[in-house]
Amino acid sequence: MKSAREDAATRRFQAAWALRLPARCAMAASKGQKGARTRIHRSMSAIVQFENVGLRYGLDSETLSDVSFSLHGGGFYFLTGASGAGKTSLLKLLYLAQRPSRGVIRLFGEDVVTLPRKRLPGFRRRIGVVFQDFRLVTHLSAYDNIALPLRVAGMAESEIDASVSEMLNWVGLGDRGQARPATLSGGEQQRVAIARAVIARPEILVADEPTGNVDADMARRLLTLFEALNRLGTTIVVATHDLPLIGQVEGAQMMRLDKGRLSDPTGSLRYPPRPQGVVAS
Amino acid sequence: MTGADRRAAAAARHRLLPEGRVAGPMPWVIAIMMFLTVLAAAAGLGLAAAVQSVGDDLAGRATVQIVEANADRREALSGEAARLLRKSPDVQSVHPVDPTALADQIRPWLGQDAANGDLPIPALIDVELKPGATRDQVQRLGRVLSAISPSIRVEPHAAFLQPLGSLLTALGGLAAGIVLLMALATAAIVVLAARAAHDSHRGTIEVLHLMGATDVQIARLFQRRIGLDALFGGLLGFVTALLVIILLGARLAATGSDLLAAISLPWSSWVILAVLPVGGVVLATLAARWTVLRSLGRLL
Repeated sequence: MKSAREDAATRRFQAAWALRLPARCAMAASKGQKGARTRIHRSMSAIVQFENVGLRYGLDSETLSDVSFSLHGGGFYFLTGASGAGKTSLLKLLYLAQRPSRGVIRLFGEDVVTLPRKRLPGFRRRIGVVFQDFRLVTHLSAYDNIALPLRVAGMAESEIDASVSEMLNWVGLGDRGQARPATLSGGEQQRVAIARAVIARPEILVADEPTGNVDADMARRLLTLFEALNRLGTTIVVATHDLPLIGQVEGAQMMRLDKGRLSDPTGSLRYPPRPQGVVAS
Repeated sequence: MTGADRRAAAAARHRLLPEGRVAGPMPWVIAIMMFLTVLAAAAGLGLAAAVQSVGDDLAGRATVQIVEANADRREALSGEAARLLRKSPDVQSVHPVDPTALADQIRPWLGQDAANGDLPIPALIDVELKPGATRDQVQRLGRVLSAISPSIRVEPHAAFLQPLGSLLTALGGLAAGIVLLMALATAAIVVLAARAAHDSHRGTIEVLHLMGATDVQIARLFQRRIGLDALFGGLLGFVTALLVIILLGARLAATGSDLLAAISLPWSSWVILAVLPVGGVVLATLAARWTVLRSLGRLL
């Protein structure tokens, strides 16, 4: 059950961010404040398309084979599968840390496999990533870690300060801004990582096992943060093998990887049973 | 972006690569390299100036020798040669050497016989040609004087010091080569330092890369830091070398030698020396940028 403090933080976040959103999103955000679970801004067009994608590291056998799927803007997607099934590899392709060995990947309507390298940073700025191991910069404070994407984007420091302070409060770390990652608990580090991933308002948020190192209560709270973001229009992709967690997000779609292949290209194995956003190609 | 914003952004960039500005051995190595480079350059420039000065000094001078055993004829030939030389449009001044002074100069080697007239000593005439005189003009003078008598010879002074001039030129070339090698070694050190810095910050770089930082944005972090290190090292090496050069200059002047005094640094040489630390910083910055961009190019 969500705490009153958590709800208040989420409402503050939504209200503040709604100021920077298009009118349609702002209306939906205000609905979110009233407790509505309606997801907004689900675009009819696919913003991510994988077509027969294969990934091979060196001369090994393929880590991913014939992976085809589409994700629609504003959707909430879970990627599940056993350890070693290829979840992290698939996410790496999604957040452009890796090129596939074969196949086509379209992000925001453009083929990123053949895209010139110099154009990739622009695409990466539209994707927020929560890494499994957080990848916080250890010598930077929580504040500076969260501010990194804004500094990369060239935002003025005066604007950065307001955004980061707001974000720190949203993740409940308002008084821990100057703390280094080593002095933060696992859950706090995770929240810093999430804040860093979402502060630049990415269109897609990719999270790799975000609940792997936290207790059930913290997992639920993180999920609430993701849902809040999703209500504001961000497409969420979460890799996890925590099936009960998936059941807690209403309307979420699920893809299952099995030994590098999507095990249910027809959609029959998806959970919950009536998928809406994942379209097998 | 306001000034406060820029300062805050610069501070944030500095925090990304946390080591101090004079971190590690690189600034000190660059200081040593710059010290040696400036000394080598100063030596090269000083020797070039000396070659130029000695060359200018001697290019317009020649000595006419009248090698005639008969003293009366020698005197007559000397008088005629001096008269012809004074008429020549290429000649600025003619100074017949006093035979008594000449005898005094050679007495330490030839003894009293040199002065009593029994020993035939050539008559000498110092000739100063007009500025810009060429070797051809000297040779023409020689032909004119030889026509009077084959015992009259013209010896251009430049010919005496040609081997020394060649040596000084070779030393100057060696100094230029050393400067070039130092620059290459400095660039190599910077490349190694940039690689080491890149490796030690690999985690931070990967995070920035995945957040959408461009290669140039990341390279700027390194080139700025290495540029500052190079500036510190370059200035330290330059100032130390400057002190050594000034000290050596004072010692050279104290020797009282005309040849050594010719080794001087004109203002244009000081400008070249002053450009060296600036060049060092630019070289270090470019080497760091190239290294980091190359490393980043291996990432997707």
